[in-house]
Amino acid sequence: MTATATSRWGLRVLGLGYVFLLLLLPLGLIFYKTFEHGIAPPLDAITSPDGLHALKLTLITVAIAVPLNTVFGIGCALLLVRHKWRFNFLVDAVINLPFAISPIVIGLSLFLLYGTDGWFGPTFAEAGIKILFSVPGMVLACIFVSLPFVVRETVPVLQEIGTEQEQAASTLGANAWQTFWRVTLPAIRWGVAYGVVLTTARVLGEFGAVSIVSGSISGQTQTLPLFVAKQYENFNLPGAFGASVLLALLALTTLLAMNLLKRKEDA
Amino acid sequence: MGISVEGADKRFGDFQALKDVSIEVPDGSLTALLGPSGSGKSTLLRAIAGLEALDSGRVLIEGEDVSKKPTQKREVGFVFQHYAAFKHMTVYENVGFGLKIRKQDKAQISKRVHELLDLVQLEGLADRYPSQLSGGQRQRMALARALAVEPQVLLLDEPFGALDAKVRKDLRTWLRRLHEEMHVTTIFVTHDQEEAMDVAGQLVVMNEGRVEQSGSADELYEHPANEFVMSFVGEVNQLGDHFVRPHDMEVVLDPDERTQEGLVQRIVTLGFEVRVELVLSDGTEVWAQLTRAELQRLELREGQIAYLRPVQAKSFNGTSPSHPRGASTPHGSHDGGDAEVPAAV
Repeated sequence: MTATATSRWGLRVLGLGYVFLLLLLPLGLIFYKTFEHGIAPPLDAITSPDGLHALKLTLITVAIAVPLNTVFGIGCALLLVRHKWRFNFLVDAVINLPFAISPIVIGLSLFLLYGTDGWFGPTFAEAGIKILFSVPGMVLACIFVSLPFVVRETVPVLQEIGTEQEQAASTLGANAWQTFWRVTLPAIRWGVAYGVVLTTARVLGEFGAVSIVSGSISGQTQTLPLFVAKQYENFNLPGAFGASVLLALLALTTLLAMNLLKRKEDA
Repeated sequence: MGISVEGADKRFGDFQALKDVSIEVPDGSLTALLGPSGSGKSTLLRAIAGLEALDSGRVLIEGEDVSKKPTQKREVGFVFQHYAAFKHMTVYENVGFGLKIRKQDKAQISKRVHELLDLVQLEGLADRYPSQLSGGQRQRMALARALAVEPQVLLLDEPFGALDAKVRKDLRTWLRRLHEEMHVTTIFVTHDQEEAMDVAGQLVVMNEGRVEQSGSADELYEHPANEFVMSFVGEVNQLGDHFVRPHDMEVVLDPDERTQEGLVQRIVTLGFEVRVELVLSDGTEVWAQLTRAELQRLELREGQIAYLRPVQAKSFNGTSPSHPRGASTPHGSHDGGDAEVPAAV
């Protein structure tokens, strides 16, 4: 074996070992622990009323937060890339805030805003809308923490495709709306799709901000990650592991769905 | 009719791309905007299409002021240097794009697209994606796409700039023939004077945001308005205040009162043409274009002394290339012109 081959194998072992020890082993252990005593205990935990409610609530937050952030993300990326403005750099920095701020802090800030003594709290209370300790607050928290993904993934793709195709479309008679749907969006679709997958994964797994604003009330304001934590605190390990596996499967399905779509397109 | 631009000004930050530019493009003509990079020719073309907004001035297409109209309503066909192909669409979908936008029915679109693919010789490639085409094929697709909507005018921005020399020559000939068939008013931008003269009936020479001169290739070559035009549309030697084309330099072996002495530095044979490079007594480097027969008759050798007799020379009376007096005068005004040369004709 030559020196380069040796070092190549060395690097490979090192890299794979790192991934295995830090990523695959813990995840694998959860799967193992979940099904250690058969499929019944985790299944019972998930199909309990609280478990099913947590699943439903998680899917609801995804169904609201992801489309909103997708539309916002694409619009924001278009503004940042296609419209020169002096303060674009500020907008760009502000969009990254959710990456920089701990989710717990985000949860607390929502508390200050929508709590009984908060700025908007009393207004919504008068209107009979409950934000904190209910679904709207949880969705707000999820939107906040997952806001940057679509923007971040779309901006570089928009920059790369340039404006010539859009200009060509306009010379051919397409208005701004037609140009967006027929030319721009198809050209950036994989950037957007990747952003959507990341957003979905983030919303599925969000814990910190949601745990603050939801109060984590079983069967009412518990998403799957909160359900996992509760089961764990109550020493219901099969329940905790079962819900964990369900979460992991949801995230994996999202990733897989995108890869399949992309493969189908490339074929 | 055709296209006219009146008093166009355009500034990009500190850079003035167009300075009071006016041009007149006759209906049905094929006109070249010729100039070095940064001369404003592309900006002018884009302004006609509405892809750039003018700071002041007007654009008229077929007599109608379109200055306030957005691009999509100007009915221009535009071809970009780098094709601007819709990468996610097939050749068929690319060419049919404008028709689909106009909500024509499928049968009509199909008929028109196939006619055009036939015209640009891409019949068999309708289902390919742009990434599967060569540069020349992509540009023909882009042309078919622009023509599909039957535009009032066709605008081409350095259409052959990204192609290699051979393909470029073929497409040039092909564009000229296409124009003869279609007769749509066409403007194309190029920095290549040979290309401009080969393809276009009418040329507009631009420099530093101004129109230096416009006219036919012959007019520009024979009666350039200034030194810039003279040197841009052909080779030129400078002898004091006078400018002489290399083929207007006669080389003789016997001096007389109209010749200048020069030392033959280099003789380059380029097929039929021979390039003789000389240094004059004042250090000026010039070259003369001879035929092989002339060279053989003179028996010239490198390092010998020979005598130059300018057959025809021009002087522009102190006009400098960057600030010519004749700027922005549409339709070949010949304010330079032939002049008496003290030591010649």
